[in-house]
Amino acid sequence: MKLTREEVREVAYLSRIEMTDDELDRMTGQLGAILDYADMLNELDLEGVEPTSHVIPMKNVMREDVVKESCGVEKALMNAPDRFGDFFRVPKVIDEGEGH
Amino acid sequence: MKYEPVIGIEVHAQLKTESKLFCGCSTGFAAAPNHHVCPVCLGLPGTLPVLNRKAIEYVVRTCIALECEVSPASRFARKNYYYPDLPKAYQISQYELPIGRNGKLTVRAGGKEKTIRIHRIHLEEDAGKLVHDASGGSCVDYNRTGIPLMEIVTEADVRSSEEAVAYLTSLRSILQYIGVCGANMEKGEMRCEPNISVRPVGAEEFGTKTEMKNLNSFRAVRLGVDFEIERQIDAIENGERIVQETMRWDEATQTTQTMRSKERAHDYRYFPDPDLVPVEVSASVLELIRAKAPELPEPRRVRFISQYGLPEYDAEVLTGSKAMADFFERAAAIHNDPKAVSNWIMTELMGCLNESGKTIDECAVTAEDLTALLELMGKGVISARMGKDVFKDMFATGRPPAEIIKDKGLEQLNDETAISDAVEKVIADNPGPAADFRAGKKQAAGFLVGQVMRQTGGKANPKIVGRIIEEKLLSE
Ligand SMILES: [Zn+2]
Repeated sequence: MKLTREEVREVAYLSRIEMTDDELDRMTGQLGAILDYADMLNELDLEGVEPTSHVIPMKNVMREDVVKESCGVEKALMNAPDRFGDFFRVPKVIDEGEGH
Repeated sequence: MKYEPVIGIEVHAQLKTESKLFCGCSTGFAAAPNHHVCPVCLGLPGTLPVLNRKAIEYVVRTCIALECEVSPASRFARKNYYYPDLPKAYQISQYELPIGRNGKLTVRAGGKEKTIRIHRIHLEEDAGKLVHDASGGSCVDYNRTGIPLMEIVTEADVRSSEEAVAYLTSLRSILQYIGVCGANMEKGEMRCEPNISVRPVGAEEFGTKTEMKNLNSFRAVRLGVDFEIERQIDAIENGERIVQETMRWDEATQTTQTMRSKERAHDYRYFPDPDLVPVEVSASVLELIRAKAPELPEPRRVRFISQYGLPEYDAEVLTGSKAMADFFERAAAIHNDPKAVSNWIMTELMGCLNESGKTIDECAVTAEDLTALLELMGKGVISARMGKDVFKDMFATGRPPAEIIKDKGLEQLNDETAISDAVEKVIADNPGPAADFRAGKKQAAGFLVGQVMRQTGGKANPKIVGRIIEEKLLSE
């Protein structure tokens, strides 16, 4: 598997990470090396082995549907860079949503 | 050329849990901004989500009602995107291994039965709410963040706006019946996003589809879907290409508009959420939930016909909403004339509800009060005509019928002596019509009965009046 500079640029954009051309080159090399390393797994015969989605052998960890006291609006907003009344304030969003 | 619409429908239903999907914050409606939040739903570092058991039970219950296969093992995934309504910068959702797959729902549209296949049902968390116009910036309220949503996705089996509305009506009724969702579209408890394309009749291939948002009522669904079908056909006829995009229904202009969106295609980079372990719904748990499953609208409709001997139409109307069907059954258990109960619910009660814009849940008349009224009419305490007025009063005030009848002095006059006196007076005052009746002119009776009713302020029992007039005039 060969990681391209364009793929790194796209992933950086999706993660909102700004990168210089130098950084892009360096990341393409470093991330590529990691992927190549993981690629060694493909040399194993994994026929009939379920893909691991979770490393802890646990299932059905659940809670009952019981309301707990919330943390309070002041605590919630304590670390907010900006607020407007009880709202978090963020830079004006012009996009109408990502369609999610 | 003739075109055929091809429609698939995505519904987001807010589950009726007390607490959020992954934390104990309340799901209560109408709280002040950011009052139902905690470090978990605010996505602060070092917190761990823990799944709400009830939400899983509700989704499984829905899967059973919609005849889905329930995955023995399912898991949660992160859907990654940046937007201020999403504090973690990912939404916990399901991607591979949703809880339910391959279900179906049969609906009636245009007098025909139509089966719409369900592609998948999964569980995810809601995002927060953005208020755009408050302060020069954008304001965010995270109360809604983490509220459990169930996403129900159909195959592209829907072929008209009528079928779309029939599917949504039936789905809403089922969700209400099984008690997993309030399913009020105006309140946003059930949001619907159809995707629509058109193709020449007979074509195999699908056309390019658009997705539609902001449809907040069944009416909006019908108008919006029809509008979009027309728009696409017109565009194709004019040689334009349909662009895959998201359209927004604008209630004010009754048109659709393209939603501005980023030029780059969405790439959510789904991956399994390492914070949450897999969910296993074992065969025994599935059986337990199945055993507790409430009766669905369709079997109940069939039972109403067989058990109560109701006409098809009555059974369909009454079972259209669970609350209405429950009301009927409470009343029919007390009053041994189901058809009379049905008639009064379908004409008087539904009439009053329509007029007042209230729902059956907000109705002040209880099933016990309605049956009490029917008993009073049966015993001849009041006439059926009076009964309708009394019912209106019951609906407006919530008072029991006996009290209203007593207060207003509406009791029917059944006292034979009193009626006899009134009849004698009317005969004496109206010798002409009395003579006509004696001579065999039956229609003169109507006039005489009317006069007696007038004499008694409309309270005399008309059956007794008629009998006494006959006795007096024909036995002489
Ligand atoms: Zn919370």
